[in-house]
Amino acid sequence: MKFQKIISALFLTVTFSMLTHAQLQLNGAGATFPAVIYSKWFDQYKNATGVQFNYQAIGSGGGIRQIAEGTVDFGATDGPMTDKQLAEAKSKQGTDILHIPTVMGAVVVCYNVPGVGKGLNLSGEVLADIFLGKIIYWNDAKIKKDNPKLNLPNKPIVVTHRSDGSGTSFIFTDYLSKVSKNWSSKVGTGTSVNWPVGLGGKGNDGVAGLVKQTEGSIGYVELAYAVQNKILYANMKNKAGNFVEATFQSVSAAAEGAAKNMPADLRVSITDAAGKDSYPISGFTWLLIYKNMKNEAKAKALVNFLKWAETKGQAYATDLFYAPLPKAVVKLCEKNISSITVNGQKIK
Amino acid sequence: MVISENQINNENPEYKKQKPVSPTVVFFRKLFFTQNLGDFFFERLTLLFAVLVFLLVMLMGYEMYQGSKISIDKFGWSFLSNSVWDPVQEIYGALPIIYGTIVSSFLALVLSVPLSIGIAIFLSELAPDWLEKPLSFLVELLAGIPSVVYGLWGIFVLVPWIRTDVEPFLSEHLGFLPFFRGAPYGFGMLAAVLILAIMVLPIVSAISRDILRSVPQSQREAALALGATRWQSTKIVLKDARSGILGATMLGLGRAVGETMAVTMVIGNRAMISPSLFDPSYTMASVIANEFTEASSEMYLSALIQLALVLFIITIIINAFAKLLVWSMERKLKTR
Repeated sequence: MKFQKIISALFLTVTFSMLTHAQLQLNGAGATFPAVIYSKWFDQYKNATGVQFNYQAIGSGGGIRQIAEGTVDFGATDGPMTDKQLAEAKSKQGTDILHIPTVMGAVVVCYNVPGVGKGLNLSGEVLADIFLGKIIYWNDAKIKKDNPKLNLPNKPIVVTHRSDGSGTSFIFTDYLSKVSKNWSSKVGTGTSVNWPVGLGGKGNDGVAGLVKQTEGSIGYVELAYAVQNKILYANMKNKAGNFVEATFQSVSAAAEGAAKNMPADLRVSITDAAGKDSYPISGFTWLLIYKNMKNEAKAKALVNFLKWAETKGQAYATDLFYAPLPKAVVKLCEKNISSITVNGQKIK
Repeated sequence: MVISENQINNENPEYKKQKPVSPTVVFFRKLFFTQNLGDFFFERLTLLFAVLVFLLVMLMGYEMYQGSKISIDKFGWSFLSNSVWDPVQEIYGALPIIYGTIVSSFLALVLSVPLSIGIAIFLSELAPDWLEKPLSFLVELLAGIPSVVYGLWGIFVLVPWIRTDVEPFLSEHLGFLPFFRGAPYGFGMLAAVLILAIMVLPIVSAISRDILRSVPQSQREAALALGATRWQSTKIVLKDARSGILGATMLGLGRAVGETMAVTMVIGNRAMISPSLFDPSYTMASVIANEFTEASSEMYLSALIQLALVLFIITIIINAFAKLLVWSMERKLKTR
């Protein structure tokens, strides 16, 4: 009896998996940061159209490698591919790779300073000097200058950062490189960098744990994580000279500010963006798509999905703590999506 | 039962004359003249399994060498001696990371081995039955706790305790030593050493206990009959078991060297060499786990794989060293 049951269960699973395989399935891999909204999108889209997506959140580096190797139908990344990576991928796959922004995220600077509540103001130069180990006390004149009302203690600053490679670090170091020459020459931009000072924590929760527990500490986490866990974060001085709190509006404003002179391939960093309401430490996350695909059914499905994600899909963003794309950027994306071809032919 | 060639030759005397026998001939001879075919295939099958393990290790080493070729060609031996790990400039030197791995594991062993041997002696020699069973169970339970749970416990319990109590105490009373200087963050080498010591403890104590138990009862009885005290007879048992205990220690070291999750959660993750236990450090397994997913350039990936290769070789060296020690001890015991 038991044996028969096992056999029939096995048989059922096999037939079931064969049935699901008969459906159209698109495989993708890449960034972990947008994985939450992607799985929501894929779920909603499957219910509406029956097209199945299989997304593996293995990290941006993995996404870039897999799309270059041609093992997936689409990739995803938090930091755009470099020219060298694009050239390598083109020589392997024989087609260009498009970057399609999907949603935006922001990085906030969290802190734990005894006697200081909400509303610490920081400028980019000061932040860079703190992370370079040049400003080492909270009552440094440079921090005081931006915070005349706060009672800053004579405590050493404990710098914390991400120890794992991440898109969050990429956006953060990209911002510091833009606002500080010292940072760009000594440290630079990357998903992992050689941090001049500080402790490393694994993941957003690792950094948040370090900051929460260590008096006098400063660190950075994703906006979504800070909002969900009610973590204190600083107002950042933007290019226009205003101190701006990170919200979904101020992040979208940054993209709007950057949309005016965006390059055609949409590989752009929007840190330190123009505009008086722009939050300066924010960035896109991208889907990586082959410009010319070989399988017509898959190409059609993917293009339809992208169009859906850029329009209807954006409505899910704020609930899941992502900032939606501003209209100006959506337009640019749609233009790029319509340039996707199948074996050289336009997709109808 | 394994049939040796001699036996076959004895049964078939004519084979004695044919001198140079090739292995294939031996193989077929065994195949046709062995009484029991099942035994024959059983032997070959288990041999195959054993060879598979060997092949697997060779393949792993080869794959890691292939994967790290770009990095090896560029950095060569400087990979081991350079102390800058900078993914942006694409400069990779693993010295502080290797240092962190070895020092944290070694100190963890220094803390946990005496404790483990004490536990093992109590459990095997002294504890009454009603106490021994639940205690053994608890020790084995410690081994079954996932490392991420140890890590969380480290972040929320151990690290705050180290920061508020242990580190201020150490720097006040032993601050003249370079090992106990610096700001008390809590996160750092000390936290990693303590966590590792707790994780290694159950392995070393459970194996040591089994080894002590396997020493024949007659040894103890003989010692006691000669008028030895409890302590003296235990010393004799320990002497018999010492090569096994050494092996258990090396297994513990293996666990400490390879431990990833719990360590990365408390060690502070900073590639630096500092004599102070209060300072953050980094281990090889943690670097690989932390940076592998986002390593997009080939050189970066290759450097990480080279780090894995170094870890692999260090593990092999540790194991070989342990085997050598055990072997030389056993030889000494025999000649005594």
